[in-house]
Amino acid sequence: MPLVRIPTPLRPHAGGSDRCEASGTTVGEVLADLGSSHPALKDRLFDGDDLRRFVNVYVNNEDIRYLDDLATPVAEKDEVSIIPAVAGG
Amino acid sequence: MSAELVTGLQCRLCGKRYPKEALNFCTEDFGPLEVTYDYEAVARTFTREAIAARPRTMWRYRELLPVDGEPAVGRQVGGTPLVRADRLARALGVRELYIKNDAVNHPTLSFKDRVVAVALSKAVELGFRTVGCASTGNLAGSVAANAASAGLEAYVLIPDGLEQGKVLGATIYGAKVIAVEGNYDHVNRLCSQIAFRYGWGFVNVNLRPFYAEGSKSMGFEIAEDLGWRAPDHVVAPMAGGSLIGKIYKAFYELDRLNLLESPVWTKMYGAQATGCNPISAMVKSGAKKVRPIRRPDTIAKSLAIGDPADGYFASKLIRQTGGWSEDVDDDAIVDAMTLLAETEGIWAETAGGVTVAVARKLIEQGKIDRDGSTVLCITGNGLKTQEALLDRLARPAVIEPTMDAFESLIAESSARHTEDAGALVGAV
Repeated sequence: MPLVRIPTPLRPHAGGSDRCEASGTTVGEVLADLGSSHPALKDRLFDGDDLRRFVNVYVNNEDIRYLDDLATPVAEKDEVSIIPAVAGG
Repeated sequence: MSAELVTGLQCRLCGKRYPKEALNFCTEDFGPLEVTYDYEAVARTFTREAIAARPRTMWRYRELLPVDGEPAVGRQVGGTPLVRADRLARALGVRELYIKNDAVNHPTLSFKDRVVAVALSKAVELGFRTVGCASTGNLAGSVAANAASAGLEAYVLIPDGLEQGKVLGATIYGAKVIAVEGNYDHVNRLCSQIAFRYGWGFVNVNLRPFYAEGSKSMGFEIAEDLGWRAPDHVVAPMAGGSLIGKIYKAFYELDRLNLLESPVWTKMYGAQATGCNPISAMVKSGAKKVRPIRRPDTIAKSLAIGDPADGYFASKLIRQTGGWSEDVDDDAIVDAMTLLAETEGIWAETAGGVTVAVARKLIEQGKIDRDGSTVLCITGNGLKTQEALLDRLARPAVIEPTMDAFESLIAESSARHTEDAGALVGAV
């Protein structure tokens, strides 16, 4: 199953783990599966059906906004990372 | 300075409050966190007279900077000139123009020394011994230099392919400089992961709420130097989009504390390069979400952030204040760099060229009115981005060491000057 990496501050809402397995063939399905086992996490990631404004999601090393957003395909060995948007300069 | 003046951190989206710790986003909705103050307590000591009696550094506004004790890092930062730019004003066709010249900020010649002074002072207070940053160059140099002076270990991550002046300007201070294959957004994401994994103090990741407040000092200085007035227009470069909001926050805070002569009517204008213009595009289209740029492509590398996390707030502020945003191509950037240098004797980095070129465009469009007061924020020094000019400026004439050689050169250039003037008169 695809692996989802959880950022440190959200680990209490994911059973304390820094990574969780979740099933699905798209990012949307994987995150939905993750959300059904960890409802508190789902509330923090989603605003209705959309990802929250400052939540960035990557499949392996690619931002899903450059792919197909939540419809981006996810294979068995892929890694999905949830990373808070960080600014810089 | 007193610990009670800073009341904590607060989510900019949902308002949830957090204590003063190394945390940059809300655990409820991922919204960015911002420092909050007890303005009533601030007002007791933050007066014009008290400020005037303090040294001309950014710390003269210390009640509104989130460091509890005396700053451990960057005590000499800030206090840069606000230059009345009459020759540039004539060239651009406006009445009252100023350059806020952070190209001469101490110690590393960019406005980043302001944010780093706060972030590293806070890092020391919070007990970090190792600090770091993700950077397009200026921040790298500033973190490296200021960490060195404070005896902190520093890890500086930059995208591969930055200007040599910026790479050397970070390496000289003994920091561990790591060039990452990819663009700034790749670097930024890696730094976010490193900060969590190792528990280090990354100035623009987990220390970000404190770091960002340092930018306000640029706004405080502008208002004080204008005789405690906020200007009519401010043009600021946008990379991550934070600076423009913090300059406005400075005006807002001074107004709230009754320190200004008149209310704040400032219109904020954001400047970007066309090769990386996500915030400018957002302002123009009225979009509610940033559409990131996958492969930024501009000589203004310090602004080449394709996914600006503060883009949403910057765009909102620009529209709310009645300002606007524009972007300019690389040729216009270089033209503006030379215009600024030739009219005011200020050599800005490429981002400064973006700011001046965008100001020119906005004036021509009528977006900036010609009779108001306008401040252009120059945030970095041209010495660090020499590559942008190498093939674009004339090389010096080489002559023999004789008066004859000199005088024939002068005669040649006078003849050329007369021909050029004749051509101009003919054109008129």
